[in-house]
Parts: sequence; structure tokens; C-alpha cells
Amino acid sequence: MSDAISAVLLLSGSMFMFLAAVGVVRMPDLFTRMQTTTKSATLGAGCMLLAAAFYFGDLGVTTRALAVIAFLFLTAPVAAHMIGRAAYFVGVPLWEGTIKDELQGHYDLRTHTLISDMPVSPGQASDLSPPLGSNPKGQLKH
Amino acid sequence: MLATAAILALGVLSVGLLLALVRLVRGPSLPDRVVALDLMGTLAVGIITAHAMATQQPVFLDVAIVLALIAFLGTVAFARYVERRASS
Repeated sequence: MSDAISAVLLLSGSMFMFLAAVGVVRMPDLFTRMQTTTKSATLGAGCMLLAAAFYFGDLGVTTRALAVIAFLFLTAPVAAHMIGRAAYFVGVPLWEGTIKDELQGHYDLRTHTLISDMPVSPGQASDLSPPLGSNPKGQLKH
Repeated sequence: MLATAAILALGVLSVGLLLALVRLVRGPSLPDRVVALDLMGTLAVGIITAHAMATQQPVFLDVAIVLALIAFLGTVAFARYVERRASS
């Protein structure tokens, strides 16, 4: 029984990770690619480690597998956030079908601080209205 | 049955590793390559887990722990480098 469970978990986990790799090749820009690597690949790795925990059925192995899962689930979003932020500063182009860039005009490119209501120059983005309920003086240090 | 599943998973993950390599070579910008490298680290964790189950050696899971840690540190270091290079 535990063999069957771990086989199913192993195959579904490897399939999730394979789909993440396909997404990295097929997705049109960096930020959509990052979406597949963080979510799908982390889920796949979690499934495979759970399969190992079921298969070995040992307390030490289960603890180690759960530790790796917890570590992956904690670090993958942090790493993705850091790459995404750095890429936004470098100016990696968005996909041409992108409808809205909510960060546009909110990052001070010199000090690398996030400002929630920055004065937008008229030519830059005239259709950008200030977000509802935003704090005019609100300033987030990174 | 489980040995077959482990071999199958290893094959699928190897193809995934090749696809990530395609992005690593082609990637137009440096962050694209960093993302591909991060994915390769996660794929390697999966490969190590499948190998541990195929050979029935749970010791390999320790390698998976270390590799997950190293991949995270490498990604964060690359992100800092990209950002600092942009601001200078």
C-alpha cells in the first residue's frame, strides 16, 4: 500500500517538475518563467520527498524529508522575490501582451526604495491612477 | 513496481534538466539564466530523491538537504550581484 502511494507521489512529483522545465522554455518573459519554477517545481520536489518519506517509513528519513520540504517552501519564494526585484531594476522587458505593470513609477531606481505614491511625470504613464487607500507618505524600505 | 516508477521519474527529470539547460544557454538576460540555474537545483533535489528510492539508500537525502541550501544561497548571491551591478 505504501509502495503504491509513494509510486503515485513520485510520478506526479516528477511530472510537476517536468512541466516546470517545459514552462521555463516556453513562457514568453522572465516573470512568467519565474512563476513556473517557483510554484510547480517546489510542489514537485515536495511530492517526491513525501514519496521518499512514505517509502522508507522510518522516523529519521521522514524527519529529513519534512525538513527539506519546509526548507524548500520557505526559501523558494524568497529567492524568486530577490531575482524578480533585481530583474525589474535591470529592466528586463515584460511580455508584449502585458496589460498592467503595477510597479511602474513606484520604485525609486536610485535608492532602491519602494514608494507607494510617487509623483508620476505626465508623459510617462498618464493612465496610472493612484491606488485606492494608499498612504501618500507611505514609504517602504526594502 | 516502485523501482519502475523511480526509473521513470529519473528519465522524466533528466529530460527536464535538459530543458532547463536549453534556457540556461539561450536565456536572453542574466536573470533568465539565474532562474534556469535555480530550477536545475530543484530538479537535482528531485533526482537525488528518486535515486535514493531506486537504490534504497536513505543516506542520499542528506545530500538533498545540502543541495537545497546551496541552491538557495547561490540564487540569492546571484540576485544581489545582478542588483548591485545595475545600481553601479
